[in-house]
Amino acid sequence: MIKSSLLSSIIRTLSGIGHRVTSRIWRLGASARLFYLTIIYSGESFRRFHLTLREIYATGVMSLLIMIVSAFFVGMVLALQGYNILQKYGSSDAIGVFVSLTLVRELGPVITALLFAGRAGTAITAEIGLMKTTEQLSAMEMMAVNPIARVIAPRFWAGVISMPILASLFSMVGILGGYLVAVPLIGVDDGAFWSQMQANVDVRLDIVNGLIKSVVFGVVCTMIALFQGFDAPPTAEGVSRATTRTVVISSLAVLGIDFVLTAFMLAV
Amino acid sequence: MTNNIVEIDNLSFGYKGRLLHKGINMAFPRGKVVAIMGGSGSGKTTLLRLIGGQIKPSKGQVRVDGAVVHEQDRDGIYNLRRKMGMLFQHGALFTDLNVFENVAFPMRELTDLPETMIRDLVLMKLNAVGLRGAHTLMPAELSGGMARRVALARAVALDPNIIMYDEPFAGLDPISMGVICGLIRSLNDALGATSIIVSHDVKETFLIADYVYFVADGVVAAEGSPHDLMQSTLPFVHQFVHGDKDGPVPFHYPAGNYQSELMQVSAT
Repeated sequence: MIKSSLLSSIIRTLSGIGHRVTSRIWRLGASARLFYLTIIYSGESFRRFHLTLREIYATGVMSLLIMIVSAFFVGMVLALQGYNILQKYGSSDAIGVFVSLTLVRELGPVITALLFAGRAGTAITAEIGLMKTTEQLSAMEMMAVNPIARVIAPRFWAGVISMPILASLFSMVGILGGYLVAVPLIGVDDGAFWSQMQANVDVRLDIVNGLIKSVVFGVVCTMIALFQGFDAPPTAEGVSRATTRTVVISSLAVLGIDFVLTAFMLAV
Repeated sequence: MTNNIVEIDNLSFGYKGRLLHKGINMAFPRGKVVAIMGGSGSGKTTLLRLIGGQIKPSKGQVRVDGAVVHEQDRDGIYNLRRKMGMLFQHGALFTDLNVFENVAFPMRELTDLPETMIRDLVLMKLNAVGLRGAHTLMPAELSGGMARRVALARAVALDPNIIMYDEPFAGLDPISMGVICGLIRSLNDALGATSIIVSHDVKETFLIADYVYFVADGVVAAEGSPHDLMQSTLPFVHQFVHGDKDGPVPFHYPAGNYQSELMQVSAT
């Protein structure tokens, strides 16, 4: 009796694990398929570029305020912490390089992507999930209008275009925040701040690599948000879970991919 | 050319191991209003989705204008859908577009009509459903009945040959119900279209339908004109048409013995 109940409990556990694994693989395949179809139908969506422009406004422009405020504070904190460390080694003049390299190489693309996932990614998931729940996507299909070309592709390209612009603005505003703390507040030399930055920040190794990172994050974060919305069960709970998953998966993906990209870029 | 614009032949459909339809045969003659009735969960809406090619049958086929729906590729399905209009249960209006833009949506997406002509056509469609004056409102500003009328105007925007209605009377007040009822009949006759109504509202459906199919337990349980079905002595039809509590459709979901279940709860 005990033996058979133990056996059935083991079978149940194994079957549960198997179900979870196959479900994850299925979702991975489904997201890859959605990505493929998004690329295939992008041409249709580019013909009506005003749709993409509207989404750039919704995802990019509407995220500007949170990005700028965050960047300003991040830059100021970096300057404070950087000065605190650098002055011990007598190199407080290098604070401009410290702030700019940290922002351009890492914090700009990464924090922008994390904020983007929280601000725009969740909005995309919730919007598409609700469109599915209220049968708007089905209605579109029944009108012979492809929802991937009309709804998914414009949002995808809006995210991919917005992310590097937002990351660049983040780095610029962050540097400005760092400058305001380092120069007027702490008293670091104005000329040293800018000239060291100019001498040590490389366009290809630092700025271009940072931009490449933000483009990759744009693809990943936007696609995760789109897939979670498109795949959400058409219920209030389903949309809510999908929105949470967007933030969790995007954040982990950004941090993981950042490590891989950084390792690759430093090796090259 | 056959007189039936839609034909369903020996259709079976099921999912998750449960067979929802078991060899259904139906015919929808051109120019007629045909209703599909049955209890909740009897697969009426699924039949509309099968006609629209959103899902594929397990066995049998649906033919629209002579073409087997599930054998069509994407372009073929979209060509068939251009002949169809569908009114969803809750309207499925696009929430980011106003009333005018919702009705103009299929015209802008599927035709090359000039904007001036689209404007005139949209106002004519909205006038037909009595909502020309509401063309600047957003879907959130409409009542349930108004939203359904806007969705109806959108469904007939391109003068389709087939108009499908999914529960068009559900949740409407008596005035809106009467308005929708009259509009379905008048639009059908004015456009020379074929209307397929899925509903469980007997009074309204019998008022406008030329022919009615009753679906129960996955098969066509009865069919005929509303007059014939009103006189029917078949137990299922009699119970459904007259709303009897007792009959072949049980009031209770299958359950164990009531008394012993109560005793079990008390004991725990």
